[in-house]
This record gives sequence, structure tokens and C-alpha cells, in this order.
Amino acid sequence: MSAIADRDANRSGLRERLAEFRRNVLSRHPTMAIGGVLLILMILGAVFAPLLFTVDPIALNPIQRLRGPGAAQWFGTDMFGRDIYSRTIYGTRISLFVGLAAAVLSIAIGLVIGLLAGYVRLLDTILMRVMDGLMAIPGILLAIALVSLSGASLVTVTVAITIPEIPRVVRLVRAIVLSVREEPYVEAAVAAGTRLPLILIRHILPNTIPPLIVQATYVCASAMLTESILGFLGAGTPPEIPSWGNIMAEGRTYFQIAPWIIFFPGALLALTVLAVNVLGDGLRDTLDPRIAKKM
Amino acid sequence: MDQTTQPVLDIRGLTVRLPIRADRENAIEDVSFSVLPHEILCVVGESGSGKSVTAHTVMGLLPPKQLTATAGQVLLQGDDLLKKTPGEMRALRGARMSMIFQEPMTALNPLMSIGDQIEEILQIHTEMSARERLARVIEVMEAVKLPEPERLVHSYPHQLSGGQRQRVMIAGALALEPALLIADEPTTALDVTTQAQILKLIKDIQRTHGTAVLFITHDFGVVAEIADRVVVMQHGLVVEQGEAKAVLRNPQHPYTRMLISAVPSMTPPARPPKADAPVVLETQDLCKTYRDRSLFRAARETRAAHNVELSVRRGETLGIVGESGSGKSTVARCIVRLISPTSGQILIDGHDIAGLSASRLRENRRLVQIVFQDPYRSLNPRRSVGASIVEGPMNFGVGKAEAQTRARDLMKLVDLDPNSLDRFPHQFSGGQRQRICIARALAMEPDVLIADEAVSALDVSVQAQVLELLDDVRKRFNLAILFITHDLRVAAQICDRIAVMYKGEIVERGPAAEVFRAPSHEYTQALFNAAPGRDFEFGSFATA
Amino acid sequence: MFSFIAKRIVATIPVMGVVALFVFLMLRLSPGDPASVIAGDYATAADIERIREQLGLSDPIVVQFGNWIWQLMRADLGISIFSNLPVTTLIAQRLEPTLMLSLTTLTFSVLVAVPLGALAAWKAGTWIDRAVMIFAVAGFSLPVFVLGYALIYEFSLALQWLPVQGYKSPFDGLLPFLRHIILPTVTLSVIFIALFARITRASVLEVLEEDYIRTARAKGQTERKVLLGHALRNAAVPIVTVIGLGIALLIGGVVVTESVYNIPGLGRLVVDAILKRDYPIIQGLILMFSFVYILVNLMIDIVYTLIDPRIRY
Repeated sequence: MSAIADRDANRSGLRERLAEFRRNVLSRHPTMAIGGVLLILMILGAVFAPLLFTVDPIALNPIQRLRGPGAAQWFGTDMFGRDIYSRTIYGTRISLFVGLAAAVLSIAIGLVIGLLAGYVRLLDTILMRVMDGLMAIPGILLAIALVSLSGASLVTVTVAITIPEIPRVVRLVRAIVLSVREEPYVEAAVAAGTRLPLILIRHILPNTIPPLIVQATYVCASAMLTESILGFLGAGTPPEIPSWGNIMAEGRTYFQIAPWIIFFPGALLALTVLAVNVLGDGLRDTLDPRIAKKM
Repeated sequence: MDQTTQPVLDIRGLTVRLPIRADRENAIEDVSFSVLPHEILCVVGESGSGKSVTAHTVMGLLPPKQLTATAGQVLLQGDDLLKKTPGEMRALRGARMSMIFQEPMTALNPLMSIGDQIEEILQIHTEMSARERLARVIEVMEAVKLPEPERLVHSYPHQLSGGQRQRVMIAGALALEPALLIADEPTTALDVTTQAQILKLIKDIQRTHGTAVLFITHDFGVVAEIADRVVVMQHGLVVEQGEAKAVLRNPQHPYTRMLISAVPSMTPPARPPKADAPVVLETQDLCKTYRDRSLFRAARETRAAHNVELSVRRGETLGIVGESGSGKSTVARCIVRLISPTSGQILIDGHDIAGLSASRLRENRRLVQIVFQDPYRSLNPRRSVGASIVEGPMNFGVGKAEAQTRARDLMKLVDLDPNSLDRFPHQFSGGQRQRICIARALAMEPDVLIADEAVSALDVSVQAQVLELLDDVRKRFNLAILFITHDLRVAAQICDRIAVMYKGEIVERGPAAEVFRAPSHEYTQALFNAAPGRDFEFGSFATA
Repeated sequence: MFSFIAKRIVATIPVMGVVALFVFLMLRLSPGDPASVIAGDYATAADIERIREQLGLSDPIVVQFGNWIWQLMRADLGISIFSNLPVTTLIAQRLEPTLMLSLTTLTFSVLVAVPLGALAAWKAGTWIDRAVMIFAVAGFSLPVFVLGYALIYEFSLALQWLPVQGYKSPFDGLLPFLRHIILPTVTLSVIFIALFARITRASVLEVLEEDYIRTARAKGQTERKVLLGHALRNAAVPIVTVIGLGIALLIGGVVVTESVYNIPGLGRLVVDAILKRDYPIIQGLILMFSFVYILVNLMIDIVYTLIDPRIRY
């Protein structure tokens, strides 16, 4: 076969694979497509918040306080007369930022620790004891304590939410490393004189990626929920930031007379988390059918 | 037709459809054969022949919706099983027909006591009282020669050996004296000595109880040992059936002929001695002990390998033969230094590598290469086979272009298309992958090649080809091969010399021809006696 | 079996030590002067000094840690900065509602989730399975407090079937207790039902593929008994494991649920402590909850030995 024909074969292979992806994945897991599309819409909404008929989310307007949803204020107003719709749309930014940042950070840190624990026996015992201890501390309480000690800001909240997510990533990576390092193909690479860093990168790391992508979606969903809970309990981002948790925290006192303050951001939060979870389930089913069964 | 000659099981024109998008339309097609009372019928075939599907169809245990019988009849004592409702099938299963499986390790519920598992069958199908059931359980456990049944009823599967578990399965299967016993590769997962005992048990039971036995196997040794009649299947079709002796001695179908001649003989061929070639691999007092430390009791020591001394000369194949747990694989893994020996020396070309540090060891890795058992796990599924082959040489400074050229040459050598280097492992069959693994090992230009059960996972016809390839590369590169196997027939064919391992130690060694002709150690004798079909010379067909 | 249990008990000691160390370091390593962080923005220099003294923050760090461990061993969790009462006393006062809510939630969710998950596995691929799975993913995405307020809105405000908020002890009458605990229990249970149903379904599905299930069918066993007698029991270990791990999630959920329903339990104690920056209380509760988590999981490990005869080493 000539080189050109070869490349053509490859290209048609790619096209075929894309078609197969459409056929198998999207038609068999329509929920995954829905989740993905919904999430993309959320991200677009967050980025283009100023263009979505919003007003200044922190502008006070005492005359219009506690108005119900209507044509002027789609989602109503709060006790300071601020527009809930605008605040909710801007709040998307905070939630998505915290969710994505926590996912990326915890996966990155957990991956490094997990690889070390899985391959360096001496570190394993110590690291895993530390992870066991960290796992024993209820995540929300740990986050609350960290935020209340280091002062509320978007960064501290993100860090405080990320830390409790790390142990689970570490355990996942370590478990994969421990099983993959026993595979004959890894042993063959050892016997062929491949150095440890290359073995990790070439033969072990690729096995961790599909489950980590899936794990990242779950971390993202859980981080968004935790962020809103922190805000709701008054231990989240500073109150002047319109995060969903903060909006709902402010609505608590007025719940009986102005339930919309809680319901609209609450519904949007639930929808976003649902989108991420559904996407994660779909990815899990397609990327790694083996763990699909276990979860 | 009178009672004695009416078949217990009569399969007529049975077709089972595969799910759409499988590689063929039907799992089995137009299969017809019958099992007579008082006989053992062996259904033999390679993987994918449909022999297991046939057995599961009879039992009504096909996975629902995936496989469905679309034509034919399955008559059990004259009743068509394909017309039964699920409830009626349940009443028949375990009572009039029962089945035992390949993996006695997993076929028993780990959380239920042995007694309860045998008793379950009595609970389902009879009105016996608890006491009567227990008595019957003890009785069948005695019948399958399980030791101390009164005590054993309370044990759990993990406390039993593989052979004992298979006896428990047989006891359960026989508890209600079924007319038909289906045995699906019941001895494949067992060691050869255990296999011999289980085969004898099945034969005895069939004789004393008059049970008709449908025995599924891939092993012609087992066929020669146990079968009254034999059915040969290939790709879902019956290609030949008849009296066992007649089929083995005078097979009509070319596929049967090929299969039978691929069975390695127990008599080693004459091989020129290599006494003057230099020794490349030698171990002295090689020991591997596993210590299980615990806070609450004395450390437990397991001697996986003890004082193993062996040497292999250039151009020679030394076979290490043993059953599971004999320590043969431990020795192989020590020599490749995938694990570190507890004590002793491993001399490669006279240099000891047993105690080398990680970095010094890496420099010496080139000289010893290994081919593993499982072709499906030996190649990184995410890397092209070319990348796998060039990885080793490039570790040792060979340039990319040169490594590629070498890989192409090696692909040709192992009889594969050199242009398929950029393909991925899943695009190759098991036998082809094993060839790729051999190519990968050879790419390092080693002095010693270790084959750790390298042909054990392959079908017999593929096995013969890979064995031939190994012997060919040994000659071509003047390699020293250490061939680890549990299969005496394979060892007889490929090895110059044999070392027999038992419980971590070498109990007998010598030229293959001598060891096979006159084994001196008690264990070796027992091992050789247990080999199924040992008295049968396969492939010496009567002229048709 | 004894040696297994002893081993597990010993293994919890380093984990508890790690938890204690974490909680200890959290305050000491936080940016800025911990005493002034705790004292808050409006504290005087004297206030800060008093807190520094009370928490022993001026001693060398090793001494501090030693004192801290010694204190913990005597079950002393320190003294609340605002009420000046021992943290253990405050915890004891607030323990009952939290314990009750946790027990009702765990019982309710296990009773609903395990049959639901097993049913979904048994009917895998049918609409029943799909409905359970949709409920599971939705339940996992719903913020506890949003659900709580939705339930209050519907059942307490709109229908007026149940009291809006608050807690009544079961020792003062079962009916008022139940009327008050129903909504919080349902609110908190949804996420656990989702979690447990999912793991039950997955474990049972996996067990149903095992060889011994085929053996049971080959014996002529009915599908119902295959599921209940063989599959569910073998699936129990992963299910019980997840229930144990769920304790961590439960504790977080309790904090939120108590806030929504105005239940005077440990969760409220935490929230009040956050608002008042009463760090000894936060710290004491974190320790207590972590130790509860560790002990529950220890008990679960011991339960394994009853489920699975293989775990006896």
C-alpha cells in the first residue's frame, strides 16, 4: 500500500469513527447529548451574561423590593429590589468557575499523589493514611472551617471545596495503577528496560484518563452543590458576590413571602448539576464500560 | 425403539442465532447428535466452535435475548425442551438433567456452605424433610469421595481445593440421579493430577449410575481417556461424529485430521545433544520466599522457590514442568528480574544479576526477554504493535529508523505482514498477538528467551504453529529458551531437557527423552500417569 | 476472626491521629494570626489576647500539639469562646435531634433504596430500570436545601398537612415527633436513596453475571430466589461499604437540613458557630463527626466478617 493510500485509509477511518460515534454514542446515550448541550448553553450564558437582557446584578432598587416574577423582573426581586434574573444569570459564572476549577485541581493533584502512592511502596502507606484521615473529615465541615479561617473569597472557597475531593481521586488513580502495573504488557516494558517515568507515562497514565474524565464530572457536580451550600450557610463567597448560594441565603428569611428568591437559582443549580451528572454517566458508559458496571 | 436404545438426549437440526452484527449469523447451525443411555459423548472443538452454546441450549441457560434457538428439536427422553415453558425447564434442570462447569473456583456461591449448596437442589425439587435432605447430601458427598462429609458440609468453597470444589459440583449434579449429566470443560481449569481423578470419578459415576454424559472439551487427550463416542464441531457445525476410537484412529474430515495431528505426542522426538555449547543462563541456590508479616501472630513464610539450580546452553530449550503452585513461574519471574529473588545467583553469560541495583539491572535487561501466557494482555492495547516492538531497542539507544527496519524484518520472520506495524493489538488474533510478542522479545536480540506458558492460552492448531515458530527462532538465533509449561505434551515436543518442579523445588531433571521414557521421581511418575490419553498416539492414522 | 477485628481496630488509630493532626494544623497554618481571625473584625486587642490565651496559641507548636492530643484523650474538646461552656457540653445538649434525624434518614433510605436498586437490576433494560436510574441521577443533582424548601412550601404552607419547622423529641410523644421529622427525613433521604439504589443496582448486576448464579439456575432455582438468595447477599459487601462512606455525606446533609427546618441539633450548632466564628466549636464538631465516621466504618468492617466467610484472617 502506498503512503497516500495509507493516509486516505486513515482519514476515512477517522470519518468512519466519527460516524460511528454519532451512531453508537449519541443515539444510544441521548441523555449524554442533552447533558452536554445543556452544559454548553450554561457556559455560553455565563460568558455572555451582559447580553442576556440582564441589568446590573448588584444595583439596589428599594422601591421595587420583593416583587414577584413578572414581565419587568422575570424572576422577581429580592429585599433590596435587586433583579433575581440578572443575579441568577451572573451567578452561573461563580458556580461554573468553582465546579470546573475544583474538578481540574482535584484531578491534577489527585493524579500526582495517586501515581506516587501506586508506584512507590514507601510513600503508599503514609499517603494513604493521610488520605483516609482526610476522607474521614466531612467535606462540607472541612470546607466551612477552611473558609472561616482563611477568609471568604472566591479562591479560598474553591480551594476549600477542592481539598475534600482529592482523596477519592487518589484512591481511584492508585487502584488503577496497582492493577495495571501487574499487566503483562507493563512487565514486558520493564523487561525491555523502559525507565519508570516512561512506563508511567506510556503504559499506566493512559489507563487513568477515561475514568478520571468521568470522575472530573462528578467532582464538578459535587463542587457546585457544595459551593451553593457554603453560600447558603453563610460560609461561602463574600455576600456582595451574586453566587447562587448567596442569593438563596438572602432569600431564607423571606421564604414564606418571596419563595422565588430561592426557587429560581435553586432550579437553575439543580439543572446545571443534573446536566453535568448526566454527561458524566454518559461518558462513563462510553469511555469505560467496565467501571460503568461498578458505579 | 425399546427403552435401552432410546437416546437420553436427541438433538435434531438445532440452530441458534447470534445477535445481529456478530461475525456470523448463527452460533450453531443444523446440529444433530444424540446421547445414548450409559454412554459418554464428547463434543470436541476449538474456541468458537459452538460446543458450549449447544450445551447451554440443552439446559435452557442461554443468555436471554442475545442467543435464541431458531430451529430444530432438543429431545430429552423424548420431550422437546425447546417447547417447554421457563417453569417447566426449571423443574427439569437439576432433576432430570444437570450440568457442571469449567471454573469450580467461581461456580460455587462463596457465601453459602457446601452442604447448603448441595441441599438447595433437594429443596427445589423434592418434598424431603430437613433430616432426609442432610442424609442425602452426606450420601452424595460420599459418592463423589469427598473426605469427611459430616465436617465438610459446614465448610465454605474457599476452604476447599479446586478438585474438591468440582467434586461438590458433581455431588450436587448427581443428588437427584438425573438421566443426563452435562459437563462443560469440567477439568480444563484443574491441574493434570486432579484432572485425572475427576475424569475417573465421572467415568465411575457414569458406570455405576448409568447416567448419560454429554462432555464438552477441547482436549483430545481427554477424549481418548473418557469418550465412548465423539462429535467434532467447527464454526458452529458438526463436521464429524462416530465411535471415539474410530474417529481418533481414522478421522474422515480434514479438520478433524488437522486437529488430531496437532496434538503433541507424549514421546519426545530425537534431538541432538548440545553438551558442548556454552551455558548462557545458570541459577544457583535460587530461592524466593514470601513473608506474610502480621502483628498478631508469627510471620508466615511461603517458599515459592527453593534452591533452584538450572542451566541452559546456547541453542537449547530447557522445560520447567509443574502444576500450579509448583513455583515454575516464580523462577521465570526471578530470572527476568520482575521480582527479586530472596537469595541465590542468576548468572547470565557468567554475570550475576540477582542482586543488581535498579540502574545496573536496566543495562542488563536486554539479554533476557520473556513471552507471557495471555496474548490479550501482553500488548498495550493503546499502542500500535510497531511501537511495542521498537520500545525495547530504542531504550538501548537504537535509532528510530533502524528499530523500525528491525521491526519489519521481525514481523516477516514471525510470519506477519510487515505493513501491519501501525495496527493495534485488537486487530490481531490470539495466535498473531503471541507472534508479535515473540517479535518484540527478539527485537532486543536477547541471549535467553523465557516462554512462560506462552502457548497455553491458544487453541491446539494455533499452538502447534507457535511452537514451531519458537523452535525455528531458537535454531536461527542460537537462543537459549527456558520453556515454562504445565502441559507435558508440549514439553515433550519442544524441550531438549526437562526439569520437573514440585512445591518450589526441582525434583527431577534430565534429557526430555529419558525423563519421559523412565521418570524416576515418584511425583514425576504420578504426573505422567495422570496425563489424559497418554497411551494414545495421536496422528498415527490408520490409512484410509 | 478475632485477629481481623483487632487488626482493624488498630488500623483506625493512625487515621484518627491524621484527623487530629489535620484539625490541629488547620488553625495554626491558616494565613494571618489565627487569634485575630477568630476574634473577628470588631475585636479589641484584649479580646485577641484572651483568645490567644484560651487556645494556647503562644506556646511552641510541638507543645501545643502535645497538649491538644492529651486534651483529646480526656475527651475534652475545649471551651466555646462565646458561651464559655465546654464544647462537649454543648454537643451533648444538641445531640438528640441530630441522632434521630440521622437514624430515620438511614433507615428510610436503606429500606427504600435496596429493594429499588435490586428491582432495577432484576429488570435491567426495562422501563422500571430506566425510571429508577433517572430518579437516581436526578436525586443526586438536587440541592438538599432547595428540595427542603420545596417540600415545606407544598406540604406545610400550601397543604398545611405538616408543621413548617422545628423539632419535637420522641420522648415527649411519638406523633408530634413523627410529624416534625417526616419532611426533614424525606428531604435528606433523597440523595441517599439515589446513591444506595445506584450501588445496589450496579452490584446486583455484577453478581448476576457470576458463574455461581448460572449454577443456581442450572439447579432449577426460581429467578426470584436466585435474586434474593444468591445475588443480593453477594452484593451486600459493596452496598454496605457505600452506606459507610455515605456517613460523610450524611453529616454534611444534616447540617443543611437542620438549618432549613430549624432543628436545634449539631448542624445548627455548627452554623451558629460559623456566624460567631466560635472556632473551638467548629473544631470540636469536625473531630467528633470524623471519629463517628471512622467508628461507623470500623463497625462495617466487622459486619463484613458476618456477611462473608472469606474475611476471617
